Amino acid sequence: MWVLLLLPFIGLLWVPFYNVATPALFGFPFFYWYQLAWVPVTALLTWIVYRSAGHGDEP
Amino acid sequence: MSVSADLDWTALSVCIFFFALVTVMGFGASRWQKGTADHAHLDEWGLGGRNFGTWITWFLVGGDFYTAYTVIAVPAQVYAIGAQGFFALPYTIVVYPIVFAIMPRLWAFAQRHGHVTAADVVYGRYGSRGLELAVAITGLLATMPYIALQLVGMEVVIKALGLTGELPLIAAFAILALYTYSAGLRAPALIAFVKDIMIYIVVLVAVAFIPYKLGGYGAVFDAAGQAFAQKPPTPPSGLVLKASQYWPYATLALGSALAAFMYPHTLTGIFASKSANTIRKNAILLPAYTLLLGLIALLGYMAHAAGVKPATPNDTVPTLFRTLFPGWFAGFAFAAIAIGALVPAAVMSIGAANLFTRNVWKAYVNPGVTHAGEAQVAKITSLLVKLGALLFILFAPVQYALDLQLLGGLWILQTFPSVVFGLFFNWFRAPALLLGWAVGFFGGSVIAYMDGLKPLHTVVIGGASYTVYVGLLAVLANILVAAIANVALRATGTGTARTAQGM
Repeated sequence: MWVLLLLPFIGLLWVPFYNVATPALFGFPFFYWYQLAWVPVTALLTWIVYRSAGHGDEP
Repeated sequence: MSVSADLDWTALSVCIFFFALVTVMGFGASRWQKGTADHAHLDEWGLGGRNFGTWITWFLVGGDFYTAYTVIAVPAQVYAIGAQGFFALPYTIVVYPIVFAIMPRLWAFAQRHGHVTAADVVYGRYGSRGLELAVAITGLLATMPYIALQLVGMEVVIKALGLTGELPLIAAFAILALYTYSAGLRAPALIAFVKDIMIYIVVLVAVAFIPYKLGGYGAVFDAAGQAFAQKPPTPPSGLVLKASQYWPYATLALGSALAAFMYPHTLTGIFASKSANTIRKNAILLPAYTLLLGLIALLGYMAHAAGVKPATPNDTVPTLFRTLFPGWFAGFAFAAIAIGALVPAAVMSIGAANLFTRNVWKAYVNPGVTHAGEAQVAKITSLLVKLGALLFILFAPVQYALDLQLLGGLWILQTFPSVVFGLFFNWFRAPALLLGWAVGFFGGSVIAYMDGLKPLHTVVIGGASYTVYVGLLAVLANILVAAIANVALRATGTGTARTAQGM
């Protein structure tokens, strides 16, 4: 499950993949909403790793 | 102090009200969250009793990592150059998987052995006074200009209120110094609640109200795009990156993320946590601030759409707020930014004081110092550190602080191998890590200096040239040299395993 934590690095550090203006969303060029979308996605991935490692039961 | 003609009394009154509020809270904080251990102890003054739970830590680290200077500087960069300034977003996203993977282990090790600083951890792990001192001095050097920058953030706001002269800044800082002296880490932890809630309100109102006034986000991006189209091709600017900016963007994001939690002020938030799980939960919850930062960054584009012409890029946010908001709300926003400077400045001075006390004073001056003595040394050091930063801002050009803060990021990144590697495996020896640190620290500084104190350095590999963050380059050299030296040490049998404390 720890491998999930590598996904944000791939998704955000491989810049040419997302360095485009379209498709826009709510007026935001792709470059912006794509990176903003990684914020909740990264939090979710981290939460999955947290649960799967059994930390949820610790104090 | 003199008062300029465009003084906004409403804004000033609101600002002073909130400043007075947090001053009272700061002095009252010494009684807050106090357990049974009320004796003078560095764990109490410098780490708030190591008892901060998930929410206190969330507010404290959020208030301390996303500094007032960020609120000023990130939109300023986005205003001036566009997409490249947005690297703060990927930086503050990928930092959290790093925190999640590393910091619970660091916390557990520190907690078990009573460590207060990163240099304590390094001494505990490797038993090397040399490596401990290198980590401590690096932390102190990197923190000083960072505190000075918080003052720059405050100065911008004070100027926007229409006040001139140095007296308001000196007064604000004197108050900060006194309540940090008396309440320690509890003061910024308590004030962080107020600061963070105020910043959330300001930003949520700004990102809803300003685009509404300016015709929506589409119109905001269009206006910024047109402004960039009329700019000269250098420095490159635009709504998306030029191909030449891919490497700078990615390496600045990664290098900054690796450095972020090596700073004394961020680590202080980690060490002060109640449990390892407090830190894990925060790695999941803290990205909420990153979302906020992304929206703050867009204020730079809103300034283009509003047709605001700031005197310098750093004036972008204050000018935008003064133009579009009524006086009372502009005052509220400026108070949020000014208080936003107090929290990190307090934690930074505490982190620096802890380093000096534990790794310089206790290690070299008075090894037999009592717990109460440690707390007293740290309190006085925190005053001196703040005084130093204030004098620096009053008497040295602001550009020095910016240049030193840039170097500070490079420097603090060089402590990463020494602080982190030992938490995961027991292969490296202290002399090898120290050599790697020296190469990264001095080599990186020289390269940055020769490049005219720019964060980017161009390397040519096989005919192709790559422009990358110099700090990342330096830490790669650091690790490489440490690894080679370590192989040599182990082959000759010198520098054998000397692990003072196991994991």
